[in-house]
Amino acid sequence: MSDVQNLSLIKSIKNRKSRTPYLLLIPGIGWLFFFFLFPLSTLLATSLQKPAGASPDDGFLPAFKVSNYSLALVEYYPQFIRAFTYSAIATIVCLLLAYPIAYYMAFRARKYRNLMLVLIVAPFFASFLLRTNAWKTILSGDGFVVTFLNSINLLPQGRILNTSIAVIAGLVYNFLPFMILPLYTSLEKIDSRLIEAAGDLYSPPSQSFWKVVWPLSLPGVVSGTLLTFIPASGDYINAELLGSINNKMIGNVIQSQFIDLRDYPTASALSFTFMAVILVMIYLYIRRAGTENLV
Amino acid sequence: MVNSRPKVEDLHLVNLTKNFGDFKAVDNLTLTIPAGSFFALLGPSGCGKTTTLRMVAGLEQPTSGQIKLGNDDITDLPPYRRWVNTVFQSYALFPHLTIYENVAFGLRRQKASNIDDQVKRMLELVELTSLAQRKPQQLSGGQQQRVAVARALINEPDVLLLDEPLGALDLKLRRQMQLELKRIQTEVGITFVHVTHDQEEAMTMADTVAVMNEGRIEQMGSPVQIYEHPRTVFVANFLGQSNLFEGTVAGVEKDEIAVKLADSIIYVPTSSTEIRSGRIVVGVRPEKVKIVDQGKTGLPKNQINGSIKNTAFVGVSTQYEVETNWGLEISAFEQNVDPTDLGRPGQAVTIAWEPRHSFVLDPDEDLTAGLDPTWTE
Repeated sequence: MSDVQNLSLIKSIKNRKSRTPYLLLIPGIGWLFFFFLFPLSTLLATSLQKPAGASPDDGFLPAFKVSNYSLALVEYYPQFIRAFTYSAIATIVCLLLAYPIAYYMAFRARKYRNLMLVLIVAPFFASFLLRTNAWKTILSGDGFVVTFLNSINLLPQGRILNTSIAVIAGLVYNFLPFMILPLYTSLEKIDSRLIEAAGDLYSPPSQSFWKVVWPLSLPGVVSGTLLTFIPASGDYINAELLGSINNKMIGNVIQSQFIDLRDYPTASALSFTFMAVILVMIYLYIRRAGTENLV
Repeated sequence: MVNSRPKVEDLHLVNLTKNFGDFKAVDNLTLTIPAGSFFALLGPSGCGKTTTLRMVAGLEQPTSGQIKLGNDDITDLPPYRRWVNTVFQSYALFPHLTIYENVAFGLRRQKASNIDDQVKRMLELVELTSLAQRKPQQLSGGQQQRVAVARALINEPDVLLLDEPLGALDLKLRRQMQLELKRIQTEVGITFVHVTHDQEEAMTMADTVAVMNEGRIEQMGSPVQIYEHPRTVFVANFLGQSNLFEGTVAGVEKDEIAVKLADSIIYVPTSSTEIRSGRIVVGVRPEKVKIVDQGKTGLPKNQINGSIKNTAFVGVSTQYEVETNWGLEISAFEQNVDPTDLGRPGQAVTIAWEPRHSFVLDPDEDLTAGLDPTWTE
């Protein structure tokens, strides 16, 4: 084979190689297009439609009715606020509960570590709905929790079910693993010699924690809080099963608008607004946390 | 000075013992490390040297015994309340902090004043001023090592502990850092306790070397002292190389003992041992041994005949393996003054050395103690 032929062969191999990554991306991009981008644009279009007649059964016509958004917001902003308040509280409670567990698993558990991991993941083997329904029984008026709390006069309202506490507790319960696992992953990566080094450099245990362990676990804190906050604020199962009419979150509103009232434009507008708010919040949060500078 | 503390104190280890289950990591160790000295704890891995260091740092609690700085018993103090700082084996630099903040860490925890001045001065000492705002992972191994030293030294501890600080560096850098550490130690005058398994490193830097084995100290002294006069087989073999000859005392002539080997007589000064009869082990370092063609005259008094088995040219010297007539392998290092004159395998030679270059060991010891297991195969 001549040198020229050789060269062109090498070139064609090189070209083929440089195309390969893009070819490999096609299935993923195709998937995203059909199952994400396409529904999303449909949702956007729906959110701007106007009703064709007086009844929802008459259907909707394509339009550019921006007032769908303002009307929806004016009517449902309390549920928006409630959704973000509940999920913010749930996220903080999750963080407070999960951190010690993840810390223990990462630094102390040794041979029990895998057992603990299994126990944390185990609830996922039962359905989300089923587990939340189980809490309905546990927290019910004649359940042992309420009976016990009443007997020691710790329950002024006399009930837990159908209160905001029940909804938040349900959110905490359901999303706790999503906090523990990322926290554990980032804590487990911390070299325990760094903690020794901090002690050697005059840090009592509390300072070693705040100056070394906490900052190094921030990536886990950020991903854990996001993984908890985002799904929790969009959740409607917990409010539906454990809360009263006064505990409805934005998820419940969207659900009933879509399924019960069949007011698709309002439901879509609410969904879109919710997504936008979440995106802005995440952006601000990540910028504030400054995790991109962390290891 | 961070705060006015009394001057650097001697470090005393008194009957220090550490057991891990059934394993005695450190066995009743008693040792005084004088203030301001550069002290090396030398030994193979698993000899208890790192455990000893960690007990001094407070990272490991002794099973029994005491650790004292001057007159203060620090045995039960937590690490953050000891005037002792450590340069960790893997440096353990804080990855989320800049070099500047890493160095300032100890001072900040002590709420010292003048932190900025002190950090800048320390960074100058280790020549890292230009890298102050970098993160540790942006630095080379040698630079990270210097940060680790600076981070510990800035606290002006009574004792600086160095746990195999040069282990992760390549040979050239290691040599350079050895001199650097020695320079810094001379400059700051703090007691350095250096743990290493590298005998050359220990001898280059330390004023006093303690050779440790199985949780105990085999021998302690200046590098020259323990190299020239090893007292145990372990020290003779672990610290450099040694040729050991088993023989019996044939008689005492004036100030020398005649020792009968398989087919020759060698001599050792009477001053080097108490043994006057019976079995005896005589050792000599390979570089003290001359290697010449058989039949030459004017040689040192101790002579053994044999033949060259192997020749290795290593630059500064040539290393020979000579097999004696009774089958013992002896190594000899000859300086390469005239490297064209290399011996060839099979060549009959005489090895010779002065009696005063010999040392005497206990004949009841295992003559392979302290040898790297890969050499003895």
